Amino acid sequence: MNNQPKRQLDARDSVSRSGARETAPKKDPRAVSLESAMARHGYAADALIEILHHAQKLYGHLDKPMLLKIARRLKLPPSRVLGVATFYHLFRLTPPDRHNATVCMGTACYVAGAAELLEFLEKRCKSAPNGGVKVGCGRCIGSCGLAPLVVYDGETVADVTRRKLEKLLDEAGAK
Amino acid sequence: MKVKTLEIDGKLVTGGPEETIFQAAWNNGIRIPRLCHIGGLSDIGACRLCLVEVEGQNRLLASCLTPVEEGMKVRTNTESLRRYRKLLIELLFAERNHVCAVCVANGACELQDLAMSLGVTHIRVPSQLPHLPVDISHDRFGVDHNRCVLCSRCLRVCDEVEGAHTWDIAGRGRKSMMVCDLGEPWGVSQSCTGCGKCVQVCPTGALFLKGKTVGEMRKDRSFLNFIVTAREKHIWIR
Repeated sequence: MNNQPKRQLDARDSVSRSGARETAPKKDPRAVSLESAMARHGYAADALIEILHHAQKLYGHLDKPMLLKIARRLKLPPSRVLGVATFYHLFRLTPPDRHNATVCMGTACYVAGAAELLEFLEKRCKSAPNGGVKVGCGRCIGSCGLAPLVVYDGETVADVTRRKLEKLLDEAGAK
Repeated sequence: MKVKTLEIDGKLVTGGPEETIFQAAWNNGIRIPRLCHIGGLSDIGACRLCLVEVEGQNRLLASCLTPVEEGMKVRTNTESLRRYRKLLIELLFAERNHVCAVCVANGACELQDLAMSLGVTHIRVPSQLPHLPVDISHDRFGVDHNRCVLCSRCLRVCDEVEGAHTWDIAGRGRKSMMVCDLGEPWGVSQSCTGCGKCVQVCPTGALFLKGKTVGEMRKDRSFLNFIVTAREKHIWIR
C-alpha cells in the first residue's frame, strides 16, 4: 500500500523528465553541444552529415529518436536522414560493441597463423552475438617481429596464441 | 526563348533551351528506352537505360539529364548501345527476384516490356536472389522489395507531388533498399498519407495494391500528367 503511490510518483517523474529533455535540452551537455552544432550550421539541411558525425561523437551511435530529432531540427524528411545515415559506413545505428579485436592479417602474421586465430575469434564471438566483442581483421600493422598480432581494445598484443586470446576474452567478461 | 537545333539519329530536331536530349527525342518520335524517368517528375539518371552517344564526347551520356545543345549529333540506337542496354536489363533481373510468372505485375510491367523490346531471352549473369522482406503492413498497399529496381520513382512522386517524402533509399550498393520514414513498416508510417501515387508509378510489381490478382494489377499513370499540368498550367482537364 505504501509502495503504490511512490511508484506512481516515480513514473510521473520520469515522464516529465523525459518530456523536459525534449523541450528544454539544456540539461544534458551532449544535447547542448549538438544543438549548438546545429545552430552553428544555421540548421541547414546540407549540414546533415556534419551533424550526424557530431551526434555520433557525442552519443556513440545514432539511434532512431536521435535521427528523428535531427530530421526535425534540420527540417528534413526522416527517411532522407535514415538514408544518409545508412549510406555511410562511418555512421552506426546500434550501440558499439564493448570490445574490439582486430586480427592482423599481414603476411608475417598470416604465416604465423592469424587466419586460424581470426576463425577462432569469429566462431567464439558468433556463438554469443551480444557478447560485446567486435571481431575484425586488418592489414599489416608494422610489427611483424611480434607476429601474430591482435589489437585488442586499442592495445597491441604480441605473439598471440589461442590460449592467450581465451584468457583476454575471459578477463573482459565477454561470452 | 532560343530554340536549339540538333541531330538525333540523323534526324534534324529542335529543342527548347530547358529541354533534355531525352525530351527532344521523344517529342520527335524517337523513343529512347527508360525506366527511372517518368514524365512529371525530376530526372536522376538512375537506370542508365537512356544512355546515348554524343559526337565529340568520349563517354556515354544519360539523355534524361543532358540538355540539348546547338549542333549536337546524337545517336540513340547503335549496336553497342543496344548491347549495353540489354546487359543493364539482365543485371537488373539478376540483382533481385524478377520471376515474371509469379509476379502480380506480369503483363503490365515496364521491366518486362523493356526486356522484351530489347530482346532479352535469358540472363547471362548468376542471379543474386537476396532474401528481402515483403511489407504488407499497410491497409491497402504492399511492397515486395524483391521486385524493386531502385528507380526511385516512388521516392520522387512522394516528395515532389504528394510532398510527404515517406520513401527514401537506405543503405548503399547492393544493400540499398527503399525505406519508409525511419525504417518502420509502411503501415505504421507517420508521414504516409496513403495516397497510393507511389504504387501507380512503380514500374514493376514491387509496389502493388492488395487484393488484386495478376490480371487486375494495372497501374494508371495518367494522374501524374493531370496533377502536373493542373499545378503548373492551371488546366484541370484529365
